[in-house]
Amino acid sequence: MLVVRFFARVREELGRDVLEVPWTDRVADVDSLQEHLCTAYGVHWRRVLAQDNIIRAVNRAVVHGNSPLDDGDEVAFFPPVTGG
Amino acid sequence: MGVDGDSGVWVQEADFDIAHLQRELVARAGDAGAVATFTGYVRKNNASREVHTMELEHYEGMTESSIAAIVEDAAARWPVLAARVVHRVGRLRPGEQIVWVGVAAHHRDAAFTACEFIMDYLKTSAPLWKRECGPGGDAHWVAARRSDEERLLRWDVSGESRAE
Repeated sequence: MLVVRFFARVREELGRDVLEVPWTDRVADVDSLQEHLCTAYGVHWRRVLAQDNIIRAVNRAVVHGNSPLDDGDEVAFFPPVTGG
Repeated sequence: MGVDGDSGVWVQEADFDIAHLQRELVARAGDAGAVATFTGYVRKNNASREVHTMELEHYEGMTESSIAAIVEDAAARWPVLAARVVHRVGRLRPGEQIVWVGVAAHHRDAAFTACEFIMDYLKTSAPLWKRECGPGGDAHWVAARRSDEERLLRWDVSGESRAE
């Protein structure tokens, strides 16, 4: 199982903070997972997740570009950070 | 609520006592000749909008680990004896403390520089998000500032470890 989390504006726009996706070889990397979510949840999700400033993290570390996923991984999608 | 005593990073809803934090930092440092600290506060106005409350959301676990990594990075660059970071989350009001960074060193150069480095890096890589609510109940997410990104260039930070 993959755990997928959304934060801040992305969470609000999607109306979800967390969901689980069964791990298969069709969601074996972050790009494939994102495409899977967009196909499963529709055009609104595709528009939100396609924004070019969206940051992606795997197991609580930011990834740049695509990244492989294993069963049990946690993936997060969030906007640029504004703490401090 | 994340508490990690070993890394010296606390992410919490509760307010904090700066005097207590500084005494604890000095005690941990052992032989500090200098302590530099930074405290961030919620402003009454931001981008010409009145702020009634500010809500800070974060990615529990990643916030703590990413700030701890920044502190480790600072300690690898400068002769730091001890460093502490406290960041609040949840609902805050104007005038309240948001963040505190304290760095102890033998001399002021390392303390000043490492404190500024930690704060600059925290603002652009720790997964925290501010949402401001106005007096009429209108709310919006605070936008990331390009000037915060540009400040990072001074530190020669590699793109691999940044959040954007």
